[in-house]
Amino acid sequence: MDLSVQIGSLRLANPIIAASGCFGYGVEYADVVDLSTLGGVAVKGLFLAEREGHSPPRIVETPSGMLNAIGLQGIGVHRFIAERLPELRARRAVVIVNICGTTLDEYVEIARILSDAEGVHAIELNISCPNIKEGGITFGCSLPGTHAVVSSVRKVTRLPVIPKLTPNVTDVASFARASEEAGADAVSLVNTFLAMAIDVRTRRPKLTNIVGGLSGPAIRPIAVRMVYECRRVVNIPIIGMGGIATADDVLEFMIAGANAVQVGTMNFVDPFIWTKLLDGVRAYSQQHNIERLQDVVGTVDTTARETAWISS
Amino acid sequence: MPVDIDAAVIANRRLSADYNVLSLAAPAIAAGARPGQFVMIKTVGGGLDNAPLLRRPFSIFEILRDRTGAASGISLFNKRIGAGTALLSSVEPGAHLPVLGPLGRPFEPVDPPAEAWMVAGGVGLAPFVTLAEALARRGTAATLFYGARRADELHCVDLFEALGVRIVLATEDGSRGAHGRVTAPLEAALGERPLGNPVKLYVCGPTPMMRACAALASRHGRACDVSLEQVMGCGLGGCYSCVVLARDAATGKPHHTRTCIDGPVFDAQRIVWDSVLSH
Repeated sequence: MDLSVQIGSLRLANPIIAASGCFGYGVEYADVVDLSTLGGVAVKGLFLAEREGHSPPRIVETPSGMLNAIGLQGIGVHRFIAERLPELRARRAVVIVNICGTTLDEYVEIARILSDAEGVHAIELNISCPNIKEGGITFGCSLPGTHAVVSSVRKVTRLPVIPKLTPNVTDVASFARASEEAGADAVSLVNTFLAMAIDVRTRRPKLTNIVGGLSGPAIRPIAVRMVYECRRVVNIPIIGMGGIATADDVLEFMIAGANAVQVGTMNFVDPFIWTKLLDGVRAYSQQHNIERLQDVVGTVDTTARETAWISS
Repeated sequence: MPVDIDAAVIANRRLSADYNVLSLAAPAIAAGARPGQFVMIKTVGGGLDNAPLLRRPFSIFEILRDRTGAASGISLFNKRIGAGTALLSSVEPGAHLPVLGPLGRPFEPVDPPAEAWMVAGGVGLAPFVTLAEALARRGTAATLFYGARRADELHCVDLFEALGVRIVLATEDGSRGAHGRVTAPLEAALGERPLGNPVKLYVCGPTPMMRACAALASRHGRACDVSLEQVMGCGLGGCYSCVVLARDAATGKPHHTRTCIDGPVFDAQRIVWDSVLSH
């Protein structure tokens, strides 16, 4: 049974990746999961410099999900390479580095630095974090901005380039297409939905940042729809995510059009989720006589629905 | 190394309308636990979608042992506050709860001739039974300063008495022990103790109480560790939600520091108290 997936020049052994922002720098989880068994590890978003992030409270639970406004606290790309990458390399993790910039030049500079670092396998462009004011999502909410970041980074690295798209736009598929045209090797989607929660007793927002990003099973059906829309307009691989909790959820995203998936919030609930997902995907493949898991990608059968509409 | 156990509820002992002690079968966690460590519990049975979604952190209250003395489980000292603690308040023996642990940086018990003074406010009593046991094993003299609003909110003092811990109680309404906050008898004791007699403070309770204890310890030149509780997403260092501002040990510069893996136990002098959420 072949679970592997090709992302540009990178071959992942399986399609299940730890999502950026939900897995620290990977090393935090080395005691609970064999990092080499994951399809990949997308590490916490990195700027050039260190960042302290927002003041707490940074998360609040909501029905079937959570809001976060961490504010991209991070150790910066240089400390990451010096202090975290060696252990990731020793543990044979496939490392996808999520990068953020306040300017186009910052994205380019970080990509250049990472391209020279041994043990980095791909770059995920964070143009979608809803929790910081400058940069990032400004690029991700504008088609020319998305095109500019992707094409600029494309020029300076041979690593696979994967823009991570925001759902906080009218038509996410057009951003997937702009990414493909700019030379992206894949797109990942979705980042969190901009959201808010208020304590009615104090009338204060529950997060210091006032607003935050919604993740978890609550967003899954919207994310599945967005992956489906993107699949119809791009040929590059799609990495889908949004509240994946079970192997069936992995398969739902793949059938909708994702070649691989990322798991974030549910890793908090169950840090041992990885083997359960992989075992479940293997069992499904066996049951349905699937030799190559990639054969299920984009196989959602919408014909019966359309027929039903016509006849009614 | 933390493990996740689908732990059976052995007993749920009600202490009062708000407090209960929940006993869970979790030998692998109990055997590896060190004083002051915590577990992340997934409360289940809360409705159609098993809300709440995220696990909640709880100090390990007691290490339970079987007849041979082998560690067989843990108990939690639970106060009903929100949705998760309400479920743990009413859960019945036979139910199963996913329990992840042991987690976090433990207390470091002092050795004689130093004394250990534990200062607990309300549900902040939770991490001190395991510490008292470790102190008793070392032969370190220990005192528990324990405060609550009323006499009926002071619980499980007998567990400490059985370990030879000296007990100093305080209630805000004066219904048991000293009248007022527990920091008053603590301050008096600190003032009376000769500087040549070393003592270390271990504090857990409401943020204002911990802050006051940290100030007292500093004024009297005593070491002080605090056990902080912040809203946690994962307990393993993955989400960066449970941070407090803690001064870097080398540079003195404050950084957002994860309570789950760099704490929950911190040297009180490292903490920038305005950054710690009040409960």
